[in-house]
Amino acid sequence: MTEGGGMGVALVGVAAQVVLIAGGAPLLVGLMRQVRAKLEGRVGAGVVQPWRDLAKLLRKERLTPNGTSGLFAVAPLVLAATTLMVVAVGPFLSTRSPFDGVADLFVVVALLTLGAVSLALAGIDTGTAFGGMGASREMTILALVEPTLLVAILALSVPVGSTNLAAIVTATLDDPTRVLSPTTLLAGVALAVAVIAETGRLPVDNPSTHLELTMVHEAMILEYSGPDLAVVEWASATRLLVFVGLLANLLFPWGIATGGSVGLLLLAVLAFVAKTVVLAVGLAVGEVFMAKLRLFRVPELLAGSFLLALLAVAASFFVRVGVS
Amino acid sequence: MSIARLCLCAAVLLAGLAAAYAVVGLSRARSVVVGGLVALAGAAAVVCGGAAVLGGRLVVDLPWLLPLFGFRLDLDPLGGLFVAVAGGVVVVAGIYHVGYARGSGRTMQAVLPMFAVALWLVPAASTVATFLLCWELMAFTSLLLVLTEHRQRPAVARAGLWYAVLTHLGLVTILIGLTVFATHAGGSFDELRAVSGELSPAVRSVVFVLTFIGFASKAGIVPLHAWLPRAHPEAPSHVSALMSAAMVNLGAYGIVRVGFDLLGGGPVWWWLLVLALGAISAVYGILQAVVATDLKRMLGWSTTENLGLVLVGIGAAGIFVANGNEVVAGLALVAAFLHVVNHSAFKSVLFLSAGSVLHGTGVRDLDRLGGLRATMPTTTALFGAGALAASALPPGNAFVSEWLLLQSFVHGFSAGGMTSAITMTVAVAAVALTAGLGVATFVKAFGVGFLAKPRSAEAEDAVESPPTMLVGIGVMVAAIAVLSLAPGLLLPSLSGVASNLVGTDTNEVVSGVITVRLEYLVGSMSPLILAVGLLVGCVLVLVVLRAVGGRVRRNTRLWDCGAGPMTARMEYTATSFAEPLQRVFDDVLDPELDVDVTHVAESRYLVDSIEYRRRVPDRIEQRLYGPIVAMVRWWGTMGRRLANGSVHRYLAYGFGSLVVLLVVLAVTR
Repeated sequence: MTEGGGMGVALVGVAAQVVLIAGGAPLLVGLMRQVRAKLEGRVGAGVVQPWRDLAKLLRKERLTPNGTSGLFAVAPLVLAATTLMVVAVGPFLSTRSPFDGVADLFVVVALLTLGAVSLALAGIDTGTAFGGMGASREMTILALVEPTLLVAILALSVPVGSTNLAAIVTATLDDPTRVLSPTTLLAGVALAVAVIAETGRLPVDNPSTHLELTMVHEAMILEYSGPDLAVVEWASATRLLVFVGLLANLLFPWGIATGGSVGLLLLAVLAFVAKTVVLAVGLAVGEVFMAKLRLFRVPELLAGSFLLALLAVAASFFVRVGVS
Repeated sequence: MSIARLCLCAAVLLAGLAAAYAVVGLSRARSVVVGGLVALAGAAAVVCGGAAVLGGRLVVDLPWLLPLFGFRLDLDPLGGLFVAVAGGVVVVAGIYHVGYARGSGRTMQAVLPMFAVALWLVPAASTVATFLLCWELMAFTSLLLVLTEHRQRPAVARAGLWYAVLTHLGLVTILIGLTVFATHAGGSFDELRAVSGELSPAVRSVVFVLTFIGFASKAGIVPLHAWLPRAHPEAPSHVSALMSAAMVNLGAYGIVRVGFDLLGGGPVWWWLLVLALGAISAVYGILQAVVATDLKRMLGWSTTENLGLVLVGIGAAGIFVANGNEVVAGLALVAAFLHVVNHSAFKSVLFLSAGSVLHGTGVRDLDRLGGLRATMPTTTALFGAGALAASALPPGNAFVSEWLLLQSFVHGFSAGGMTSAITMTVAVAAVALTAGLGVATFVKAFGVGFLAKPRSAEAEDAVESPPTMLVGIGVMVAAIAVLSLAPGLLLPSLSGVASNLVGTDTNEVVSGVITVRLEYLVGSMSPLILAVGLLVGCVLVLVVLRAVGGRVRRNTRLWDCGAGPMTARMEYTATSFAEPLQRVFDDVLDPELDVDVTHVAESRYLVDSIEYRRRVPDRIEQRLYGPIVAMVRWWGTMGRRLANGSVHRYLAYGFGSLVVLLVVLAVTR
């Protein structure tokens, strides 16, 4: 995606992306909690609270629970590294990625899965019932989300003829009517359900509970504390923003910088913030009116989204035939 | 004498020496000599196969050796690929043999080299007679190897029976198929190739379907897979590795050889059949693997899954060729070949590590393992590497081949109208389902088997295996590392093999050493940048962490809800780990549940003991083979009644037959 002289600007774009998303992710989580609090009639802790929590955790002592191995210590690093990579290569602010070979939708999904796997292994590694339970549930959900994600990706990639993220985004920019095509709409809904499941939001998982019967993500990370927990919490917030951002840019790419100037980049920052805030507030409002599903009802939800993804693929075929 | 010829001779000779030494040599040094010679022979085969892939054609003609069509080997690039893969697996199995087979019997050690030779001769054979002879040699030697431990466990005999029946039924269909083909031409593959264009479509289809059934049974494709999850767990571990990583490949080889090479492609429905059965096997295999608790059985099921994916690739390639889209067909075939190579690499690591676990603990049941990372650190690391590769996540090698496979679906989606659009969607859905379930499977295998706390006394007292075994596995892990980081080293030659078969104008459909690029199509992926990026990311996070919160680490108790130290019984087991998934797929898996409650004699309200058994049987096997087995058994019992020892009865048979014969003659005259 880069031509000779654009490398410098592209790198600036990547740096801006990393700083914005890494710094903004906890704020987004804070915003969602605040929206929820207001709607439930509580005062709320403020948007910056997640950052305060992270800062507090980072200052704490580092603890290693007895009986865990090196894998337990390394897992947060892998989780954070995979998330950072996706942040660096995804088309969030600019379509000019210097890492052409990694900015592929399949690769991005695989990277995020790798992060989830490392955390699941760490959960099993502790040898506690909670760790195993969380890992088992996380893997169950992941195994069922994966098909939806990949088929929805296929639906979005087939009309473009490439799975490269930047290529898909650019194609939509070139042909805005694509957004209203049944393919994109169906794939968008399927992706949205998959994103909710992957990021552990209601109705699949409740991020703000510590109840044994319901928790998934929390159960895996019960043994983490201090800086390790800070990394895990930061990474899961960032994954949320990454998914929301990807969803926003794949469906509504306007505002993203396609050229190399700094002005365009600033505009892209504003557009990205606006898009993700709207989506996140929508998600938070939706969550207020929703109860968590039983774990064994979740597959039905995911099967539904899988069906939508399949329909999206079918639609992409007919739309294409209709056009040509 | 070319390198390839020299190496093939060397490989066969070394293997022969190994077999001879196993029979007559000193028993003390037997495993060392046999293992060493087999490993050397494997290395020679790798060179030979590699030379053939790069274009050094190798012909060995010995017409006097066999009647009818003669004995003729002709190693072309396609055969070379499979020889090289099998050779690579034999190398590590040979090294592993030194430590693993110490003190084991003469027969197994003598048969192992012969099995290895058969694995190389099958892809090299180039007449119908040679091919069938080598195929039978492979089937027979592998059967003997499966039966090695029949004195120790009764299950071995049952597994052997299943294997013997299915592998020979497969041989029969291949035999009939190739004979039908050969009646229209001579017996050499060259003659078959020349005449295939003139055959009627019906004959071509009969040949293809018959041989496909045989090859699919060898590849462990549903519904002919029944032998695979039985035979692989019961064989010695390096034999399982050879069967699962090298022998089953030859099923895929046969389909490509007959379908693309000898018959020169065919109608779409052939390949739809291949793709559909591949997709079903992939999903069904991984579904059984995710609920399996026997480590080696799980790996066997995973073989069914992976060969299913290979067949999906081959089927897709066939569909694209039939639709006239050769470039995408080449891509799909390259993906299938690369997956064959990758699967062989990681599956041999996994089976050999499972063998190491078996050696160290004597246990195969995941529910009774755990905590091996403390007692068997090297095995744990090696299995971990294999599991990462097998779950098709970056930076593992299977990720590259699955990525290529998915790319071919994306690009071939609208190549052939409605048919290809529907099949590609189904193919992506199948690959996607296996991807997710595959991750869960290997997280279960590695997490429950090796991490956490030991769940039984055997796992607690585990001892690390001897270095020779670990070195064998280590060599293959190194190969996996190369395959995952620089698949570009291999891709151009695979690309050459594939484009020959599908008849593209170009030789390269995939190129690039560091970044894998699709030629003539949009798409690139760089495994190396991916791996380096991950490493850089980890270091970056670590540096930030150190800078911000640099206090020392302190050990502390696990959080146990205040109830005192947790026991191993409180851990999640493999069964409990897979329970949610099993429940989700209840309708497909249809598990069996037995709860026996024994009450105390005095009162029905007091329970003495509860026995709980949950089993996930193979429903396809039960529904399909159950009736057949029952019918054969019925036939047998009925037959027994015919001969009960009474002379009167036998005289009556003679009299009855004579009367019937006379009546028939009278009527027909």
